[in-house]
Amino acid sequence: MPDLGKYAFAVLGSYAAGLALLAILVIWMVLRNTAARKRLEQIEGARDGQN
Amino acid sequence: MSLWEYANPVKFLSFSGKIVPWFAAGAALFIAVGLYWGYFLTPDDYKQGSTVKIIYLHVPAALIAINAWFMMLVASLIWLIRRHHVSALAARAAAPIGIVMTLITLITGALWGQPMWGTWWAWDPRLTSFLILFLFYLGYVALWAAIDNPDTAADLTSVLCMVGSIFAVMSRYAVLFWNQGLHQGASLSLDKEKNVADVFYQPLLMSITGFVLLFVALVLIGTRTEIRIRRASALLARERG
Repeated sequence: MPDLGKYAFAVLGSYAAGLALLAILVIWMVLRNTAARKRLEQIEGARDGQN
Repeated sequence: MSLWEYANPVKFLSFSGKIVPWFAAGAALFIAVGLYWGYFLTPDDYKQGSTVKIIYLHVPAALIAINAWFMMLVASLIWLIRRHHVSALAARAAAPIGIVMTLITLITGALWGQPMWGTWWAWDPRLTSFLILFLFYLGYVALWAAIDNPDTAADLTSVLCMVGSIFAVMSRYAVLFWNQGLHQGASLSLDKEKNVADVFYQPLLMSITGFVLLFVALVLIGTRTEIRIRRASALLARERG
Protein backbone atom coordinates (compact mmCIF):
# COMPACT_ATOMS: atom_id res chain seq x y z
CA MET A 1 0.00 0.00 0.00
CA PRO A 2 1.35 3.43 -0.88
CA ASP A 3 1.94 5.82 2.00
CA LEU A 4 -0.42 8.72 1.32
CA GLY A 5 0.82 10.74 4.29
CA LYS A 6 -1.14 13.83 5.24
CA TYR A 7 -3.13 13.67 1.98
CA ALA A 8 -4.76 10.30 2.76
CA PHE A 9 -8.22 11.85 3.23
CA ALA A 10 -8.08 13.71 -0.10
CA VAL A 11 -6.85 10.71 -2.10
CA LEU A 12 -8.96 8.01 -0.46
CA GLY A 13 -12.00 10.30 -0.41
CA SER A 14 -11.61 10.96 -4.14
CA TYR A 15 -11.32 7.28 -4.98
CA ALA A 16 -14.23 6.31 -2.70
CA ALA A 17 -16.53 9.01 -4.07
CA GLY A 18 -15.49 8.53 -7.71
CA LEU A 19 -15.77 4.75 -7.73
CA ALA A 20 -19.03 4.78 -5.75
CA LEU A 21 -20.62 7.22 -8.22
CA LEU A 22 -19.39 5.15 -11.19
CA ALA A 23 -20.79 1.97 -9.63
CA ILE A 24 -24.17 3.61 -8.94
CA LEU A 25 -24.34 4.90 -12.54
CA VAL A 26 -23.52 1.52 -14.08
CA ILE A 27 -25.91 -0.43 -11.82
CA TRP A 28 -28.74 2.08 -12.36
CA MET A 29 -28.35 2.02 -16.15
CA VAL A 30 -28.20 -1.78 -16.34
CA LEU A 31 -31.22 -2.25 -14.03
CA ARG A 32 -33.23 0.37 -15.94
CA ASN A 33 -32.41 -1.36 -19.23
CA THR A 34 -33.42 -4.77 -17.85
CA ALA A 35 -36.72 -3.35 -16.56
CA ALA A 36 -37.46 -1.67 -19.92
CA ARG A 37 -36.70 -4.89 -21.82
CA LYS A 38 -38.95 -7.00 -19.56
CA ARG A 39 -41.79 -4.47 -19.78
CA LEU A 40 -41.61 -4.35 -23.57
CA GLU A 41 -41.54 -8.15 -23.78
CA GLN A 42 -44.58 -8.28 -21.51
CA ILE A 43 -46.53 -5.78 -23.63
CA GLU A 44 -45.54 -7.47 -26.90
CA GLY A 45 -46.40 -10.90 -25.42
CA ALA A 46 -49.86 -9.71 -24.35
CA ARG A 47 -50.38 -8.14 -27.78
CA ASP A 48 -49.36 -11.34 -29.60
CA GLY A 49 -51.74 -13.31 -27.37
CA GLN A 50 -54.64 -11.10 -28.44
CA ASN A 51 -53.90 -11.53 -32.18
CA MET B 1 -23.52 0.19 -45.85
CA SER B 2 -24.46 3.62 -44.56
CA LEU B 3 -24.17 4.90 -41.00
CA TRP B 4 -27.77 6.10 -41.30
CA GLU B 5 -29.00 2.49 -41.39
CA TYR B 6 -28.40 2.41 -37.63
CA ALA B 7 -30.96 5.17 -37.25
CA ASN B 8 -33.44 2.34 -37.65
CA PRO B 9 -34.27 1.29 -34.04
CA VAL B 10 -34.46 -2.43 -34.88
CA LYS B 11 -31.05 -2.40 -36.58
CA PHE B 12 -29.62 -0.29 -33.77
CA LEU B 13 -30.85 -2.74 -31.11
CA SER B 14 -29.44 -5.69 -33.01
CA PHE B 15 -26.04 -4.10 -33.71
CA SER B 16 -25.58 -2.46 -30.30
CA GLY B 17 -26.48 -5.71 -28.51
CA LYS B 18 -23.47 -7.33 -30.12
CA ILE B 19 -20.91 -4.61 -29.39
CA VAL B 20 -21.92 -3.50 -25.86
CA PRO B 21 -20.23 -6.48 -24.11
CA TRP B 22 -16.93 -5.71 -25.89
CA PHE B 23 -16.99 -2.05 -24.91
CA ALA B 24 -17.99 -2.95 -21.33
CA ALA B 25 -15.20 -5.53 -21.01
CA GLY B 26 -12.65 -3.11 -22.49
CA ALA B 27 -13.81 -0.36 -20.11
CA ALA B 28 -13.49 -2.61 -17.05
CA LEU B 29 -10.03 -3.77 -18.11
CA PHE B 30 -8.58 -0.33 -18.95
CA ILE B 31 -10.07 1.40 -15.89
CA ALA B 32 -8.87 -1.37 -13.56
CA VAL B 33 -5.34 -1.36 -15.01
CA GLY B 34 -5.16 2.45 -15.22
CA LEU B 35 -6.30 3.00 -11.63
CA TYR B 36 -4.18 0.16 -10.21
CA TRP B 37 -1.10 1.40 -12.08
CA GLY B 38 -1.73 4.99 -11.09
CA TYR B 39 -2.57 4.32 -7.45
CA PHE B 40 -0.06 1.61 -6.56
CA LEU B 41 2.83 1.88 -9.02
CA THR B 42 3.49 5.59 -9.52
CA PRO B 43 5.58 7.84 -7.23
CA ASP B 44 4.40 10.95 -5.44
CA ASP B 45 4.74 14.25 -7.27
CA TYR B 46 7.54 16.49 -5.98
CA LYS B 47 5.09 19.39 -5.51
CA GLN B 48 1.69 17.80 -4.97
CA GLY B 49 2.75 14.71 -3.04
CA SER B 50 0.33 11.77 -3.12
CA THR B 51 -2.60 13.96 -4.24
CA VAL B 52 -1.34 13.47 -7.80
CA LYS B 53 -3.07 10.07 -7.68
CA ILE B 54 -6.41 11.89 -7.93
CA ILE B 55 -5.52 12.76 -11.55
CA TYR B 56 -6.47 9.23 -12.71
CA LEU B 57 -10.11 9.87 -11.81
CA HIS B 58 -10.37 13.64 -12.08
CA VAL B 59 -9.01 14.18 -15.60
CA PRO B 60 -10.83 11.27 -17.35
CA ALA B 61 -14.12 12.24 -15.68
CA ALA B 62 -13.65 15.89 -16.70
CA LEU B 63 -12.82 14.88 -20.26
CA ILE B 64 -15.97 12.77 -20.52
CA ALA B 65 -18.10 15.44 -18.80
CA ILE B 66 -17.18 17.98 -21.49
CA ASN B 67 -17.19 15.65 -24.49
CA ALA B 68 -20.47 13.99 -23.52
CA TRP B 69 -22.08 17.39 -24.06
CA PHE B 70 -20.49 17.65 -27.51
CA MET B 71 -21.75 14.17 -28.36
CA MET B 72 -25.21 15.32 -27.25
CA LEU B 73 -24.83 18.41 -29.43
CA VAL B 74 -23.99 16.34 -32.53
CA ALA B 75 -26.87 13.93 -31.82
CA SER B 76 -29.23 16.87 -31.26
CA LEU B 77 -28.21 18.48 -34.55
CA ILE B 78 -28.81 15.17 -36.35
CA TRP B 79 -32.28 15.07 -34.78
CA LEU B 80 -33.06 18.65 -35.78
CA ILE B 81 -31.81 18.21 -39.35
CA ARG B 82 -32.71 14.60 -40.20
CA ARG B 83 -35.36 13.75 -37.57
CA HIS B 84 -33.80 10.40 -36.62
CA HIS B 85 -35.37 9.37 -33.32
CA VAL B 86 -32.42 7.21 -32.30
CA SER B 87 -30.11 10.23 -32.32
CA ALA B 88 -32.44 12.20 -30.04
CA LEU B 89 -32.65 9.22 -27.69
CA ALA B 90 -28.86 8.80 -27.74
CA ALA B 91 -28.52 12.44 -26.64
CA ARG B 92 -31.02 11.81 -23.84
CA ALA B 93 -29.14 8.65 -22.79
CA ALA B 94 -25.82 10.53 -22.54
CA ALA B 95 -27.10 13.18 -20.11
CA PRO B 96 -27.14 11.12 -16.87
CA ILE B 97 -23.61 9.94 -17.67
CA GLY B 98 -22.57 13.57 -18.12
CA ILE B 99 -24.15 14.46 -14.77
CA VAL B 100 -22.21 11.76 -12.93
CA MET B 101 -18.93 12.60 -14.68
CA THR B 102 -19.35 16.31 -13.89
CA LEU B 103 -20.13 15.43 -10.27
CA ILE B 104 -17.04 13.21 -10.01
CA THR B 105 -14.95 16.04 -11.46
CA LEU B 106 -16.34 18.59 -9.01
CA ILE B 107 -15.98 16.32 -5.95
CA THR B 108 -12.47 15.06 -6.75
CA GLY B 109 -11.49 18.61 -7.71
CA ALA B 110 -12.67 19.95 -4.34
CA LEU B 111 -10.86 17.18 -2.46
CA TRP B 112 -7.71 17.89 -4.48
CA GLY B 113 -8.06 21.66 -4.23
CA GLN B 114 -8.37 21.82 -0.44
CA PRO B 115 -4.83 20.64 0.40
CA MET B 116 -3.25 22.29 -2.67
CA TRP B 117 -5.01 25.67 -2.78
CA GLY B 118 -6.23 25.83 0.82
CA THR B 119 -9.89 25.92 -0.25
CA TRP B 120 -12.55 23.45 -1.36
CA TRP B 121 -13.99 25.86 -3.87
CA ALA B 122 -13.10 29.11 -5.63
CA TRP B 123 -15.06 31.11 -8.21
CA ASP B 124 -12.30 30.32 -10.67
CA PRO B 125 -13.24 30.41 -14.41
CA ARG B 126 -12.81 26.68 -14.94
CA LEU B 127 -14.54 25.63 -11.72
CA THR B 128 -17.40 28.03 -12.28
CA SER B 129 -17.94 27.01 -15.90
CA PHE B 130 -17.95 23.37 -14.79
CA LEU B 131 -20.58 24.10 -12.16
CA ILE B 132 -22.72 25.84 -14.81
CA LEU B 133 -22.23 22.84 -17.12
CA PHE B 134 -23.49 20.61 -14.28
CA LEU B 135 -26.58 22.80 -13.91
CA PHE B 136 -27.16 22.61 -17.68
CA TYR B 137 -27.04 18.81 -17.49
CA LEU B 138 -29.67 18.86 -14.71
CA GLY B 139 -31.81 21.28 -16.70
CA TYR B 140 -31.51 19.12 -19.83
CA VAL B 141 -32.72 15.99 -17.97
CA ALA B 142 -35.51 17.95 -16.27
CA LEU B 143 -36.69 19.37 -19.61
CA TRP B 144 -36.91 15.89 -21.16
CA ALA B 145 -38.94 14.71 -18.15
CA ALA B 146 -41.23 17.74 -18.12
CA ILE B 147 -42.63 17.48 -21.67
CA ASP B 148 -45.07 14.71 -22.59
CA ASN B 149 -44.74 14.91 -26.37
CA PRO B 150 -41.41 13.18 -27.17
CA ASP B 151 -40.80 15.09 -30.42
CA THR B 152 -41.40 18.46 -28.75
CA ALA B 153 -39.13 17.39 -25.88
CA ALA B 154 -36.41 16.39 -28.36
CA ASP B 155 -36.75 19.75 -30.18
CA LEU B 156 -36.53 21.86 -27.02
CA THR B 157 -33.74 19.86 -25.41
CA SER B 158 -31.76 20.14 -28.68
CA VAL B 159 -32.02 23.92 -28.47
CA LEU B 160 -30.96 23.82 -24.82
CA CYS B 161 -28.04 21.61 -25.81
CA MET B 162 -26.86 24.20 -28.34
CA VAL B 163 -27.02 26.97 -25.73
CA GLY B 164 -25.21 24.84 -23.15
CA SER B 165 -22.41 24.13 -25.61
CA ILE B 166 -21.06 27.59 -24.83
CA PHE B 167 -20.36 26.44 -21.27
CA ALA B 168 -18.95 23.11 -22.43
CA VAL B 169 -16.46 25.07 -24.57
CA MET B 170 -15.75 27.42 -21.65
CA SER B 171 -15.15 24.44 -19.33
CA ARG B 172 -12.50 23.21 -21.74
CA TYR B 173 -10.84 26.51 -22.60
CA ALA B 174 -11.53 28.69 -19.55
CA VAL B 175 -7.95 28.26 -18.37
CA LEU B 176 -6.80 29.86 -21.63
CA PHE B 177 -9.33 32.72 -21.65
CA TRP B 178 -8.49 33.97 -18.14
CA ASN B 179 -5.23 33.83 -16.27
CA GLN B 180 -6.45 34.85 -12.85
CA GLY B 181 -7.87 31.43 -11.90
CA LEU B 182 -6.42 28.94 -9.43
CA HIS B 183 -6.77 25.99 -11.80
CA GLN B 184 -3.67 25.15 -13.80
CA GLY B 185 -3.60 24.78 -17.59
CA ALA B 186 -4.88 21.71 -19.41
CA SER B 187 -3.17 18.47 -18.37
CA LEU B 188 -3.60 17.05 -21.85
CA SER B 189 -3.51 18.83 -25.17
CA LEU B 190 -3.23 17.94 -28.83
CA ASP B 191 -0.20 20.17 -29.32
CA LYS B 192 3.33 18.97 -28.66
CA GLU B 193 3.61 20.54 -25.23
CA LYS B 194 3.31 17.95 -22.52
CA ASN B 195 2.29 19.06 -19.04
CA VAL B 196 2.37 15.68 -17.31
CA ALA B 197 5.51 13.54 -16.82
CA ASP B 198 5.57 10.14 -18.55
CA VAL B 199 5.40 8.24 -15.28
CA PHE B 200 1.97 9.78 -14.63
CA TYR B 201 0.96 10.17 -18.28
CA GLN B 202 0.93 6.47 -19.24
CA PRO B 203 -1.48 5.22 -16.54
CA LEU B 204 -3.53 8.37 -17.14
CA LEU B 205 -3.94 7.40 -20.81
CA MET B 206 -5.05 3.91 -19.73
CA SER B 207 -7.64 5.38 -17.40
CA ILE B 208 -8.87 7.84 -20.05
CA THR B 209 -9.23 5.00 -22.58
CA GLY B 210 -11.27 3.07 -20.01
CA PHE B 211 -13.55 6.03 -19.34
CA VAL B 212 -14.11 6.59 -23.08
CA LEU B 213 -15.03 2.90 -23.56
CA LEU B 214 -17.31 3.07 -20.50
CA PHE B 215 -19.02 6.15 -21.91
CA VAL B 216 -19.67 4.43 -25.26
CA ALA B 217 -20.98 1.28 -23.54
CA LEU B 218 -23.29 3.28 -21.25
CA VAL B 219 -24.62 5.47 -24.08
CA LEU B 220 -25.43 2.34 -26.08
CA ILE B 221 -27.16 0.73 -23.08
CA GLY B 222 -29.03 3.96 -22.32
CA THR B 223 -30.14 4.38 -25.93
CA ARG B 224 -31.40 0.78 -26.00
CA THR B 225 -33.38 1.53 -22.82
CA GLU B 226 -34.91 4.70 -24.29
CA ILE B 227 -35.88 2.91 -27.53
CA ARG B 228 -37.63 0.17 -25.53
CA ILE B 229 -39.45 2.66 -23.31
CA ARG B 230 -40.57 4.61 -26.40
CA ARG B 231 -41.75 1.42 -28.14
CA ALA B 232 -43.66 0.27 -25.04
CA SER B 233 -45.36 3.67 -24.74
CA ALA B 234 -46.31 3.60 -28.44
CA LEU B 235 -47.81 0.11 -28.15
CA LEU B 236 -49.82 1.04 -25.05
CA ALA B 237 -51.05 4.24 -26.72
CA ARG B 238 -52.12 2.25 -29.80
CA GLU B 239 -54.06 -0.23 -27.61
CA ARG B 240 -55.83 2.59 -25.80
CA GLY B 241 -56.56 4.47 -29.02
